[in-house]
Amino acid sequence: MPLVKGEKITDDTFVHVADDAEIPADGAILISSARFLENAEALSQRAGRTGVIWPNSRDVDDLVPWLDRLAVVALVFPTFRDGRAYSQARLLRERFNYRGELRATGQVLRDQFLFMLRAGFDAFEVKKPADAEAFANTVKRYSVFYQPTGDGRMTTLHRRMMLRHSESANP
Amino acid sequence: MYAYDELDRTLINERVEEFRDQVKRRLAGELTEDEFKMLRLQNGVYLQLHAYMFRVAIPYGTLSSKQLRQLAHVARRYDRGYGHFTTRQNIQFNWIKLAELPDALADLAEVGIHAMQTSGNNTRNVTSDQWAGVAPGEIEDPRIWSELLRQYTTLHPEFSFLPRKFKFAITASAHDRAAIKIHDIGLRLHKNAEGETGFEVLVGGGLGRTPFIAKTIKSFVHGRDLLSYVEAILRVYNQYGRRDNIYKARIKILVHELGIEKFAREVEDEWQEMRDSDTALTLDDAMIEDIRSRFSYPAYEKLPHMPEELKTAAHDPLFERWRKNSVFMHKIQGYAIVTLSLKPVGGPPGDATADQMDTLADLADKYSFGEIRVGHEQNLALPHVARRDLPALWKALDKIGLATPNVNLVSDIIACPGLDYCSLANARSIPIAQELTRRFANHDTANLIGRLHINISGCINACGHHHVGHIGILGVEKNGEEFYQITIGGRADENAELGALIGPAVPYGEVADVVEDIVEAYLALRARPDELFVDSVKRLGVEPFRERVYATR
Repeated sequence: MPLVKGEKITDDTFVHVADDAEIPADGAILISSARFLENAEALSQRAGRTGVIWPNSRDVDDLVPWLDRLAVVALVFPTFRDGRAYSQARLLRERFNYRGELRATGQVLRDQFLFMLRAGFDAFEVKKPADAEAFANTVKRYSVFYQPTGDGRMTTLHRRMMLRHSESANP
Repeated sequence: MYAYDELDRTLINERVEEFRDQVKRRLAGELTEDEFKMLRLQNGVYLQLHAYMFRVAIPYGTLSSKQLRQLAHVARRYDRGYGHFTTRQNIQFNWIKLAELPDALADLAEVGIHAMQTSGNNTRNVTSDQWAGVAPGEIEDPRIWSELLRQYTTLHPEFSFLPRKFKFAITASAHDRAAIKIHDIGLRLHKNAEGETGFEVLVGGGLGRTPFIAKTIKSFVHGRDLLSYVEAILRVYNQYGRRDNIYKARIKILVHELGIEKFAREVEDEWQEMRDSDTALTLDDAMIEDIRSRFSYPAYEKLPHMPEELKTAAHDPLFERWRKNSVFMHKIQGYAIVTLSLKPVGGPPGDATADQMDTLADLADKYSFGEIRVGHEQNLALPHVARRDLPALWKALDKIGLATPNVNLVSDIIACPGLDYCSLANARSIPIAQELTRRFANHDTANLIGRLHINISGCINACGHHHVGHIGILGVEKNGEEFYQITIGGRADENAELGALIGPAVPYGEVADVVEDIVEAYLALRARPDELFVDSVKRLGVEPFRERVYATR
């Protein structure tokens, strides 16, 4: 499954470690939330980089104490129709100021890339190779955004205010 | 009218191109039907019994004549020459071809019309009072706020995959014509003691198989906080609304299961957090004024209330009959709101032909400053008619079959498409409505009966709002046959209530007889000629009606 970061297909340096497999001392790993929470203090201080796969049915509040020590938070779209992870992503980015990698996993498809990007995701485990290749073009589909999110894109309401301002400044 | 600016236009054009690409990928097999289904739904495209159905949004029920002509063009060019106006200020085309949909959308985009989010598990078309901006006594034009909400909810990155569909309705009048209490979020505009504009926010209304009347979650949310408060509700719902069972996924179930107090606390907590960390959603006066400035209002003339033309026409009983039924008070003296019944005797409720739409667009230009309204009762309105023009307008409307004087009367029936079109339906709705309009075709009888709303749904999904009909008719299937459950006493206005079942379901062939029996019982039982049917039911309960209907069955 291709990983897209910075609009490009890149190598995934993180290894998924199953719940019954041994956790290596170093190296970048992605583990389940259950595994992580069993021993969060130690795991968040291991030598290698640690990422957690967080289910969409659990409040992200439970992850907040460890956020500054996590390299990746991977949120899950069990199907693309289940949109809970969009709210989790915005909360992590906008309320809890999480600055590490925020990865979309599960049924990650082309037609949701822009929503995910706007919600704060910056890494995408894309289901279909063709979708991954189309990433850069797909996220350019829209140039107008009606609502503010943490992605910093200017909303129409603000653009209109600026237009008005410049009109009145240059009569 | 709200006039799109360059930004609005750009966005809907970008949407058309996105959908064109999605259709192309579907036809090339790059998207599975499962993947494509949600994308097409979010552009208003359903797969029905016979063909694709295309639902186009008419935000807050306001149309320009130019837009109406383009709807006529779409009906003619891509469909079978007619369209069907729905209970949520949408229009549906029933015979559209998938490959042609992107072109139809592009044609609509030329006049600022779209089909975004008219279906799918997202925030749907924001609806409002069809008399917004012209109703006497209105606090202020609710369409300003409707438009702000339309923009805010369009392609929302967080809320495009909610547990289930989500509908907003707004009213700014004491008499609720927008049925806000049967919406996921209902907003009643009012002013606080300081004279500031805000909203009573209601939540968790909805019909379907588990109907609920909305409950007040907050009695006053300041206008500047409207978007942040709505976002808090949507966020709580997105995270905690049920996704394990499609029939329990609406916000009404979450509100019911948590209780309104607990749900309100969850929303309040979320809202307080948002207000602390994020002010981007707060509307300042300049932003609101900017939207307001894009709404244009007619340059009304100073006109008399009783012009000569009206005095003369008053001698014509047919004109008078129509005027008394279909003409309503306007906030400006000398003007009137005219409701156009889309319920001709024997016709399917809510349908209009392309030719009717074109002619009506011309009449709107001539008599209503180029503006047309669409109401949830599946009728149209001309919102700014000079009273001196009423006789001429009536003649013109009558010629195209849009002057049936049955507005708010027993034959002004709301009905879903039912089994004639819909893949979900268990029973037919349209032929029942048609039969009832024939039974009650006599205007004097209908007028004697007075205001009486009959709502018909062909299945439990309740698109015909049967629960809130004064008389509600619900089609069900029993051993492969069409049966109908009948309720009485429902209403969708500010005193919204769910109707009560009158007795066992009756077969297709008996529905019209039962309705006649109910109406006869009412005429015999009402306290005074001006006690409305729904008030008699309230006073007397179901029992006397049940007796009358089932005594001989």
